[in-house]
Amino acid sequence: MLHIVNKSPSERNTLDSCLRMSGKGSAVLLIEDGVYGATKGNIAEGKIKEALKDRSVYALWPDLEARGMQDAVIEGVKLVDYGGFVDLVAEHNNAQSWL
Amino acid sequence: MTETTGGVELDEEMSGVIKKFMFVNRKAPYGTIYALEGLEVVLISAAFDQDVSLVFLDDGIYQLVKGQHTKAIDVKNFSPTYRALEGYDIEKLYVEKESLEARNLTVDNLIVPVEVLTSAEMAALMTEQDVVISF
Repeated sequence: MLHIVNKSPSERNTLDSCLRMSGKGSAVLLIEDGVYGATKGNIAEGKIKEALKDRSVYALWPDLEARGMQDAVIEGVKLVDYGGFVDLVAEHNNAQSWL
Repeated sequence: MTETTGGVELDEEMSGVIKKFMFVNRKAPYGTIYALEGLEVVLISAAFDQDVSLVFLDDGIYQLVKGQHTKAIDVKNFSPTYRALEGYDIEKLYVEKESLEARNLTVDNLIVPVEVLTSAEMAALMTEQDVVISF
């Protein structure tokens, strides 16, 4: 299953909910303000590192670059462009957007 | 002495009063329209010759991060506008130390020179304002 988060972890608790509800082997994609969760030293860094042990975490590169956070990505987080976003949606049998 | 203009009484002395305005920015750029709209209002306020302070707290800090490239998301990069504020005599920019640290950022990561204040100093600055506007 693919989980999509578009809110900053220091603004909303959607990333927390997502990480609680996403099971082993699922994929988490961070987009829009959600990409701040993929950056070093952010409030959710520990939870992202924990999640990386048993699931994949992706961040949308154009959103990271727009926010000037392209050099601060946590190790292990995979970067995708819009084409990669489409592939992730197509690869998974279902998706949940944590709005 | 007062004069009447369109039903509104204007005291001549009062019309020249300069008030302390504080704009509080707490939202990241691009994800919502708040940051850009706030910046527009700040630019408008410059036309009224008021004592304007700009404050960046919480995710508002992200508005000032250097190296924003928005071509791929097809949205205007408005971060260079913060550097133009000086030209409008808006020179009081403050960021909260705690908010910077919570995001692993330092003043070296920011696009403009700012004054870093602790929460307590920020609270004191906020208290002395005549008008506080939040974005």
